[in-house]
Amino acid sequence: MSGWHTDTLTQLAAGLRARKFSSVELVRALLARIDASQATLNAFISVTREQALSDAAAADRALAAGSAGALTGVPIAHKDIFCTQGVRTTCGSRMLDNFVSPYDATVVARLKAAGAVMLGKTNMDEFAMGSSSETSFYGPVRNPWNPQLVPGGSSGGSAAAVAARLVPGATATDTGGSIRQPAALCGITGIKPTYGRVSRYGMIAFASSLDQGGVLTATAADAALVLREMAGFDANDSTSVDTPVPDYVAALEQPLAGLKVGLLREFFDQGLDAHNEQRVREALKVYEQLGARLTEVSLPNLPLSVPAYYVVAPAECSSNLARFDGVRFGYRCEKPRDLRDLYSRSRGEGFGAEVKRRIMTGTYVLSAGYYDAYYLKAQRVRQLINADFTRAFASVDVLMGPTTPTPAFAIGAKTSDPITMYLNDIYTIGANLAGLPAVSIPCGFVQGLPVGLQIVGPHFSEARVLSAAHAFQRVTDWHTRVPQGYA
Amino acid sequence: MYDFALVFSLRHARREPPMALTREQIASIATLARLDLTSSEVPVYQDSLSRILDFVGALDRAQTTDVAPMSHPLAGLSQRLRPDVVSEQDRHEQYQANAPQVAAGLYLVPKVIE
Repeated sequence: MSGWHTDTLTQLAAGLRARKFSSVELVRALLARIDASQATLNAFISVTREQALSDAAAADRALAAGSAGALTGVPIAHKDIFCTQGVRTTCGSRMLDNFVSPYDATVVARLKAAGAVMLGKTNMDEFAMGSSSETSFYGPVRNPWNPQLVPGGSSGGSAAAVAARLVPGATATDTGGSIRQPAALCGITGIKPTYGRVSRYGMIAFASSLDQGGVLTATAADAALVLREMAGFDANDSTSVDTPVPDYVAALEQPLAGLKVGLLREFFDQGLDAHNEQRVREALKVYEQLGARLTEVSLPNLPLSVPAYYVVAPAECSSNLARFDGVRFGYRCEKPRDLRDLYSRSRGEGFGAEVKRRIMTGTYVLSAGYYDAYYLKAQRVRQLINADFTRAFASVDVLMGPTTPTPAFAIGAKTSDPITMYLNDIYTIGANLAGLPAVSIPCGFVQGLPVGLQIVGPHFSEARVLSAAHAFQRVTDWHTRVPQGYA
Repeated sequence: MYDFALVFSLRHARREPPMALTREQIASIATLARLDLTSSEVPVYQDSLSRILDFVGALDRAQTTDVAPMSHPLAGLSQRLRPDVVSEQDRHEQYQANAPQVAAGLYLVPKVIE
């Protein structure tokens, strides 16, 4: 071991290209780290050892031949929501325990084409429904900073794997905060791009108007590199946007001086832990010293984002998950009496408690007599929240605030009351409702636990948001901190 | 104006829901959703769905007259058209490899017509 695991993804890509070490050596070292951590963290559902080693050998041949891509030989992991051809893709559910995808998600195919080597599929909340990675059929993921605590969710396996330096980067998805919240709770960088920027083809659907794929890495520069390779138009996704992908890496060094930063008044509410707030305020001070101009802005409808989300997301979930019928793929119950029994028992036994809760909530708000009162009302409120953001971005370049109200909480602490769990995403959901790009970066610690700063930008401003995150990481070292036992 | 009372009520929506769903309502939602629930699951969802509906009831506070519903974030996006040419190959064997029960290229289910 030569300390590769603490190198950033960007450094590893450069080291591989300079042939300082081989992809096979690197992959072997990281597979050993994954094995050693699995009993504690449970970050992976599947480890694709043989395929990883043969892909790494192929990457080494490409590097030798000078035909390498931007990520050739770089080890990554995929959240188990992305379909991977010939590899089990479970979405954290008993329903898909035996599902081997017949095709690659576009995100998977693009990262493969760029040369990245997949080490495995990461654990997650079942069907991405959760904020703690506790609802997985494969058991909870644990936070590398303290295994008694949750890593956040739903992309908790990807976040724990990157935080423990098992992989330098991992894909993730964000429907209400599932990239940014675990990034904050695990002390790493995560970006949720603009809705339509990254293809959703082969990304198992939860709430189609909110879901967006992104990436978790140690640094903003790493996120820029991976996002550049995975973003872009895809004819297979009807909501993919056909605009060119800027070179996010080249844009990292754009000057920060004069950046107009809006501080969201609604984010600094009384639900925000005082210590968390202190770390975020200190980070904002750093931005001020770097030449940013801070002003307070108000988005008066933002407090309604959680209730709006918990109508819209379950409604879309209930229709998306109707496809799991025990007929074409996935779990089927034993000895069905008739077709109706086959559907109901396969779904009743195949889905976990939180997934069933959301399907039923969605079924209710879409049912005759309640559609207008709940679903249409929530969509109208979504419009108001979107208009608030549009108004704010007329006067500021980006919005900043905390990613979460508190640092990581104990496993089991919020499982009994769904509302308490849902309120974890109070600062992240707004960006999903409006389809905006947003990052979370580490900005300090409270009692040994990481705290995240959130930066939200207007549509397609990923380059701006990532460069603002990068500017902070040039003058701070929070993103280099590694949990004890994983350094 | 920022509504502190509203946020407070969102955070502390622990009071007994004013309109608790009945067992029968839960059973009918589960039937619509084709979810077989055990008898011990029913009271759990009765409680949590009632709480969720109470919680999202906060939406009533928003003034939304003349506000158009927003269904997705890409305003003005029109659906693309593509040339009407064959773009998919027949891969049914590969797809059906994931099916619980298949015979002669057909998905098998319990008998529906006597």
